[in-house]
Amino acid sequence: MTLEADIASLEEELNAKIAAAEDERTLEDVRVSALGKKGVVSEKMKTLGKMSPEERQVAGPALNGLKARIADAIGARKVVLEEAALAEKLEAERVDVSLPVAPQQVGKLHPITKVFAEVAEIFAAMGFEVREGPDIEDDFHNFTALNFPPEHPAREMHDTFFFPPKEGGEKMVLRTHTSPVQVRTMMEEKPPIRVIAPGRTFRCDSDQTHTPMFHQVEGLVIDKETHMGHLKGTLEAFCREFFDVKQLKTRFRPHFFPFTEPSAEMDVGYERDGAVVKIGQGEDWMEILGCGMVHPNVLKACGLDPDEYQGFAFGMGVDRLAMLKYGIPDLRPFFSGDQRWIEHYGFQPHEV
Amino acid sequence: MKFTLSWLKDHLDTDASLDQIIETMVKVGLEVEEVIDPSEALAPVTVGYVKHAEPHPDADRLRVCKVDTKDGEMQIVCGAPNAREGIRVAYAPVGAYIPGIDVTLSKAKIRGVESFGMMCSSRELELGDDHDGIMELPEAEVGTPLADVVGPLDPVIDFEVTPNRPDTNGVRAIARDLAAEGLGTLKPLEVPEVEASFDQPVTVITEAPDACPAFGALTIRGLKNGPSPEWLQQRLKAIGLRPINMLVDVTNFLSYDAARPLHVYDIKKLNGGVHARMGKVGESFEALNDKEYAVDETMCVIADDENVLGLGGIMGGTSSGCDETTTDVLIESAYFDPLTIAKTGRKLSLTSDARYRFERGIDPASIEDGLKRAAAMILETCGGEASSITIAGTPPVEEKTVSYPPAEVTRLTGMDVPESRQEEILSALGFEVSRGGTWDVKVPTWRPDVEGKADIAEEVARVHGLDNLPTDVLPRLGDAPRRQPALSEIRADAARRACAGIGLMEAVTWAFTDEEGAARFAEQPKEIHLLNPISSDLSVMRPTPLPNLLLAASRNAARGAESVRLFEVGGAYTDNTPKGQRTVATGLLWGAGVRDWQGSTDEPSVFDAKAAALSVLEAIGAPASRLMVFSDPLPGYHPTRSGQLRLGPKNTLARFGELHPSVAKAYDLPGRTAIFEVELDAVPPAKNKGATKPALGLPELMPVRRDFAFLYPAEKPASDLVKAIQGADKALIDDVRLFDVYVGKGVPEGQRSLAIEVVLQPNKETLTDKDIEAVSARIVAAAEKQGGSLRG
Repeated sequence: MTLEADIASLEEELNAKIAAAEDERTLEDVRVSALGKKGVVSEKMKTLGKMSPEERQVAGPALNGLKARIADAIGARKVVLEEAALAEKLEAERVDVSLPVAPQQVGKLHPITKVFAEVAEIFAAMGFEVREGPDIEDDFHNFTALNFPPEHPAREMHDTFFFPPKEGGEKMVLRTHTSPVQVRTMMEEKPPIRVIAPGRTFRCDSDQTHTPMFHQVEGLVIDKETHMGHLKGTLEAFCREFFDVKQLKTRFRPHFFPFTEPSAEMDVGYERDGAVVKIGQGEDWMEILGCGMVHPNVLKACGLDPDEYQGFAFGMGVDRLAMLKYGIPDLRPFFSGDQRWIEHYGFQPHEV
Repeated sequence: MKFTLSWLKDHLDTDASLDQIIETMVKVGLEVEEVIDPSEALAPVTVGYVKHAEPHPDADRLRVCKVDTKDGEMQIVCGAPNAREGIRVAYAPVGAYIPGIDVTLSKAKIRGVESFGMMCSSRELELGDDHDGIMELPEAEVGTPLADVVGPLDPVIDFEVTPNRPDTNGVRAIARDLAAEGLGTLKPLEVPEVEASFDQPVTVITEAPDACPAFGALTIRGLKNGPSPEWLQQRLKAIGLRPINMLVDVTNFLSYDAARPLHVYDIKKLNGGVHARMGKVGESFEALNDKEYAVDETMCVIADDENVLGLGGIMGGTSSGCDETTTDVLIESAYFDPLTIAKTGRKLSLTSDARYRFERGIDPASIEDGLKRAAAMILETCGGEASSITIAGTPPVEEKTVSYPPAEVTRLTGMDVPESRQEEILSALGFEVSRGGTWDVKVPTWRPDVEGKADIAEEVARVHGLDNLPTDVLPRLGDAPRRQPALSEIRADAARRACAGIGLMEAVTWAFTDEEGAARFAEQPKEIHLLNPISSDLSVMRPTPLPNLLLAASRNAARGAESVRLFEVGGAYTDNTPKGQRTVATGLLWGAGVRDWQGSTDEPSVFDAKAAALSVLEAIGAPASRLMVFSDPLPGYHPTRSGQLRLGPKNTLARFGELHPSVAKAYDLPGRTAIFEVELDAVPPAKNKGATKPALGLPELMPVRRDFAFLYPAEKPASDLVKAIQGADKALIDDVRLFDVYVGKGVPEGQRSLAIEVVLQPNKETLTDKDIEAVSARIVAAAEKQGGSLRG
């Protein structure tokens, strides 16, 4: 047999084995049996040493060629086998992507939190800062300093929550409005004052539209020039922003509060579209807040000269603002802690 | 306070329409609550004529009528017993709204017979109480509007009397306000001069000058009591009062016309004179509402020489009341102290129109006018002769003059009101103005509310009209230093976001709770128990929001919720001082939650509570590395599955754990409930480091991790071991993580095996085996000091 024929026959045999290898291990066995130290190709290479230079000149390139081709064939087969193995592995990893994911626990914030944040932000842009005061107040801050006469009906048990009398006979109360924060602010800070005071307030009232606890935001501006025109401009700007309306019809009606003079209530125009209340335009009026110029007696009680200082105050119900803006029909569930209600009417933290 | 349009026009000369009047009332601050204009409701109703009536084929009580109407002949099925041929009826067509039954008519089929419209009763049209049958109208052409047939209809206006305006309890004051605005002219009040035929014979004495400073009286004798005239009865009915007899009706009329309460005594029923005096304990009387009232020394009574007759300014008694047989009367027109009236009324829970007016303050100068007007009306209707007037005591008529700079209205409102207009307004309201640089403005006796220049400015502003207010923008606050938002605000906000971030829903619950619920967590001092709770389950300020959250959880569970995840950020109360109110972030986790195919969710445990508390603490900037864990048993918490996070041994920043099983039982919450409370105010403020973050020193070398397993006494807190290891080499040890706890085979009784991973972070050069051995030895030594031993 000639060398050529020998190589051709060996190559054919090896190629058949390579093609027949179904996995990487078999292929490796083929490689060792051909190209390993004692492999058939290596053994043939070893015979080169014994050849004459002329023979070697022919046989050398032929054997090296064989070795290279077999190595290539093994490499190519290896790629094929690897790809097949990967494809099999991937197939084995198949999942049903229509399966549900684990339920995400997403918390919600109460609409009152949302409205407080909105109110604070709108007023912050107009230079108002936030002040707080205690829920349990004394008579001075809740009534006397706010110009409530001693016999005023608000001081009666059917309106105000009282605590047992102290030694001197004075009874602490649950604040009936956020207005005591006005007093605290004026007594602690020097004008110019521009603050809002959000918080919980309490009255002995409980029916479909009243709850014994509710929320208010108080506003107070004290300086030497501020008048009711500024009050109007400020509150109109607030309402436009809060209700997100460009056109806003307002009406200021004279009213009475012990702690303001002149006093007014502010109405905004609205119309009903089915169950939805649209604030801004329309033929009907909705009362939205009480306001006025801080009463001279209140300024005096807080140590300010009413001939030098003046300013306005306003107060509004936060729960009602939330109901109006977000279309929440009833007040009572605000305080029930019903998860279904919070889920529906609440807000995700990033929305607040 | 209700009045009718025609009543107003007794005092106001005006051509204004009802709408204009209402609009102007609102404009000047008289808040109209309701307007009932009967003619509006009647507009679609016209006269019809029943041409034919026959029984309904299928119903005995119904009749099928053929009615001539403005719309032609209509078939109407009617159930009224008087529906018959030949009568004129009030026909309401299909589409009309019937106020008395709150129904808009539609085409109907009644027991198979079609019916178009309705024949109305007076009650259905709110024209009267008669509902025995349909209205039968007098002769009138078919199609005539009903309003033209039943006579002029008087609209009724109801408005809110604000506490500062007691004068508006009388119709005249409304007319005065409207006239000042320019809506018409106030008619002069004609107070008749009553001829005195004899001296007032009854002795009248006020023995309580503080409670009853003045008691005016006039006697009429020889009168004949009976029904009051039709016009008076109509008016009283229109505003919801029941006409009784002339004597009573006159006092009611003047109470509403002039805000002047009066009382009338039957002289023949009196024993001697009439005294206004303080009551005595043990005395009582039967009031006109037929109830017996016991009086005491704080109440001002009217008595004769023997008995208490009534409560001055609140309600008279039956013993001296007037009826049809009365011939001689004493009319009382007095002034009572508002505070005494209010206290008495409250004490006895007795309300009346008189009390309402006296406690708000009546015009002290109205005593004589009231007597004269009442006497004239009684004489005209009942005959008889009148006495002179006597007044015991002195009415507290005060001369009040306010110094008013006319620029005040501009200073306070920004509106420019010409001085002439200001004077016009004030004069029309009854003020007497002396102009000058600063005006002297004399306040009318019926305006107890006006005290200073701001009040005068308000009068000018409200009548001039707040619709004239300028719209001004607050100027920018110059260089006034801006304060940062309060720390409390920032923390509450951060706590809310942290809680929502771990899946909790924000609740807002009452600041008060029930006594039992509160006591499960803390004994609340008496001073924060409400004197007048709205109900017994809202009677004490909450020591923590937990009892209210538990109630909410309980309600959610009862409604079928599988899990409850709630939190609240709000007040917790320890005493009645401002410092006794803390802000806490409180949360509650109950129920395993929704099952998931990738593995079941566990019931919440003490560690969920601890994780939540730590999240909140981190969010509000608490120094996490310095927190110490304690496990003191606390009320309401599971005694062996709860703990506290403190800064130092005393400052508790958070409590966490599982709910005590017996408390859980009380709220019907089976299984474990995890609860936590974070004290937002207790965290010390962070040192102000400004906005700059410290430089980031990233090490260039790879960290090395080594695991250790220690046997450690079961009763000792694992945190001590972790802390000790952290301290073993502060330069090299970057982190210490406890990743396994094992008790069981191979671990001696009373011990736990704690597996701990230590992360070493070399700084300058790679660690050699020798370095690592050295630090390991230090770690083991530190652990041994705590009672741990390396597991072999």
